[in-house]
Amino acid sequence: MSQFARAEKAEASVRKGGRDMHPLAKMVLQRLGLGLVTLFVVSIIIFSAVELLPGDIAQQILGQAATPETVAAFRAELGLDRPPVERYFDWLAGAMIGDFGQSLANQREISSLIGGRFANTLFLAGYAAMIAIPLSVILGLLAALYRNSFFDRFINMVTLSSISFPEFFVAYILIVFLAVRGQVFPAISSLNEDMSLLDMLYRAFLPALTLTLVVTAHMMRMTRAAIINLLASPYIEMARLKGMSQARVIVKHALPNALAPIINVIALNLAYLVTGVVLVEVVFVYPGLGQLLVDSVANRDITVVQASCLIFAGVYILLNLLADILSIATNPRLMHRK
Amino acid sequence: MSHSKEKDNLLTIRGLRIEGKSGDHWNEIVHGVDLDLKRGEVLGLIGESGAGKSTIGLAAMGFTRDGCRISGGAIDFDGIDLVHATQKVRRGLRGHRIAYVAQSAAASFNPAHRLIDQYCESPIVHGVMSREQAETDAIDLYRRLHLPNPEEIGFRYPHQVSGGQLQRAMTAMAMASKPDLIIFDEPTTALDVTTQIEVLSAIRDVVRDFHTAAIYITHDLAVVAQMADRVKVLLKGEEVEEADTRSMLDDPKEDYTKSLWAVRSFHAEAKADISTQSTPVVSVSHVSAAYGKVPVLHDVSFDIHKGRTVAVVGESGSGKSTTARVITGLLAASDGEVRFNGHVMPTSYKQRSKDQLRQAQMIYQMADTALNPKQTIGEIIGRPVQFYLGLRGKARLERVRALLDEIELEPDLYINRLPSELSGGQKQRIGIARALAAEPEFIICDEVTSALDQLVAEGILKLLNKVQKDFGLAYMFITHDLATVRAIADEVVVMQHGKVVEAGPKDAMFTPPHHAYTDLLLSSIPEMDPDWLDKLLKQRGEA
Repeated sequence: MSQFARAEKAEASVRKGGRDMHPLAKMVLQRLGLGLVTLFVVSIIIFSAVELLPGDIAQQILGQAATPETVAAFRAELGLDRPPVERYFDWLAGAMIGDFGQSLANQREISSLIGGRFANTLFLAGYAAMIAIPLSVILGLLAALYRNSFFDRFINMVTLSSISFPEFFVAYILIVFLAVRGQVFPAISSLNEDMSLLDMLYRAFLPALTLTLVVTAHMMRMTRAAIINLLASPYIEMARLKGMSQARVIVKHALPNALAPIINVIALNLAYLVTGVVLVEVVFVYPGLGQLLVDSVANRDITVVQASCLIFAGVYILLNLLADILSIATNPRLMHRK
Repeated sequence: MSHSKEKDNLLTIRGLRIEGKSGDHWNEIVHGVDLDLKRGEVLGLIGESGAGKSTIGLAAMGFTRDGCRISGGAIDFDGIDLVHATQKVRRGLRGHRIAYVAQSAAASFNPAHRLIDQYCESPIVHGVMSREQAETDAIDLYRRLHLPNPEEIGFRYPHQVSGGQLQRAMTAMAMASKPDLIIFDEPTTALDVTTQIEVLSAIRDVVRDFHTAAIYITHDLAVVAQMADRVKVLLKGEEVEEADTRSMLDDPKEDYTKSLWAVRSFHAEAKADISTQSTPVVSVSHVSAAYGKVPVLHDVSFDIHKGRTVAVVGESGSGKSTTARVITGLLAASDGEVRFNGHVMPTSYKQRSKDQLRQAQMIYQMADTALNPKQTIGEIIGRPVQFYLGLRGKARLERVRALLDEIELEPDLYINRLPSELSGGQKQRIGIARALAAEPEFIICDEVTSALDQLVAEGILKLLNKVQKDFGLAYMFITHDLATVRAIADEVVVMQHGKVVEAGPKDAMFTPPHHAYTDLLLSSIPEMDPDWLDKLLKQRGEA
């Protein structure tokens, strides 16, 4: 599904619920509009940046031996001889209806080239998120509950160490222990469409675990900090004076008020999971969008690079929009006006 | 202490000592206090800030704030030793048999949950009753506390309910498990006088009806006179004296208690009548203003003459501070004009010259937040000296020292200190010195004494009075405290809903007949008469 179609669908669903939640719906529409403007600006930046990349695809494909005439003819065939502004609007118009054109390198439809890859990337990101988000929120709550205890320090140390190592290093360590020596999980996470879900989960476990280790520290520490920040509030003291247990104080009284910062940091990390997985995909030979992007840059396959970048940007904007909406939805002050 | 007396007690405290941690060592903040409370009795704890009232109140729940600990003495609640009881036992009592009503209900209700959910929490968690029963009770209590729409109000979030209503909802929440004892920690301090009455009478009725014992903590003597059967006066963690309310009011024994009683007697001497022909220092004429599209001021007019104090009074939201913002140019008026000495001022401070800015200075309510915590007193006062008067180096230093002398703080001792090293009253004095540094003709005092204890506040009022005489200053004195108005004002402007409802000389304002709203304000000020609240409610009931 293209970015635009996705946005349109979200908009429609908001409109449906718009009658009884007017301020929220209005806000969502505003942010959606702003998101589209951002996406437009980003598309210009992507297009110009790729234009500025050194090297020429025609030359690349035909090789050094090609005569200038052949290169020029090939460029004309690819449409590269037209002015950049014209090509940009062509591209943009196509992108809006989900048609990113053809790969320059192998003439395949980009939408079909990317579709499967993007689904794989989303699968991996979702897999990692399913483990990382509950894990880090629970660890953060426990760390806040037992703050400054041995447990708190231990959790902090472990998560900080895992974030401090480069992700490819974490990945190789996991491969050494869990794939080579332990032989529990496969080192290469190749997927194909005939696999069962269980099989896919099994194959993608190591990259998902790597990503989990990389993002957990950030979310866990933010959860802990957001909770502890609130513990000095009068309403927390009130809860204690009502005889509530420490665990109830933290989960029932502090957590609902700490959701906005936690949601924001989760969204940031989710966006990272989708767009920042290039290295992990390469290490595990995982057939995701990141790897495609790397390959396409190497091949000067600019149309694919542009499409991938635009999708990444769309994911970033959409996730941040989602975080904004959820932050508001969890804040009674904004949901229930006076 | 007779044995039989302790036997009747619900709460008995003996030799209570509490320490607070500052840096690495523990300082004692409560030095051996005794307290007796019978079932159904209301004990008033009064004293200035730092007297240990709240600390003792919380200790009666077996609770100490972070960084505090009970270091000695005994607390016995109905046969349970609260000092040595396990955390679990103490938790089982809180919200069940002992409940707490906090000073700021707005801050003490969890913003994420509906009122009724917060009401039901204690009874359900402590296993006192079912959710259905608790909800039925809640609605009944909301009705008894005269909350509007008792069936519906519990399903609102705290931010959807006004401050006075929240304070009553918090009292209802404290009553939820039908406790034996409630600690009221300054429950009406944050409220306007008109709202305070409703809350006081509601609290009193409910406590009487349920025969609940209460410790009522306050710094307001007139309030305690209405609420308490007995009063205990505290000073710096020690008991000064204790007696039943009537004898304490009629015949305080200790000097400190007498000084507390005497605070309200300060009055600035009446000033000679000014000729109305002279040009006023500040003239506000037909000013209207709005925040965005929301109009907040409507056709506000008044004059302030040299050497005079105009008190602007009204409840919160009446437009007092907004008027000050228009005068200083922080908020542009949408209509009308502000004149200094007859000259029309540009509406925005950005278009005013340095000299125009110099003429009007402000002193703020919270000296804590109005002073830069990273600057020394010398820098804080020196800055306007340099900015407005262009003095530098030795001349600037001399001026700062002279200003410190003026506010009665020894220059050598204070000039290099940081605000955090000063008491609340001293910080407010620095605020005054900073305003004086610009050599203004006019100063806006925005609730300058409402965050201070009465004795300290009196000192500030006396200082402001002296400074006014020394420099012939005109004051605009924003306050909601009518005792302060009585003490210092020459003229009074009463505001309501962004309009001036009544204006005139102080004496005329305090003599009937008043505008109906002025009358409501004036009659709502608690008096040091234990029967005042009864009489007033009876009067209003008849009217």
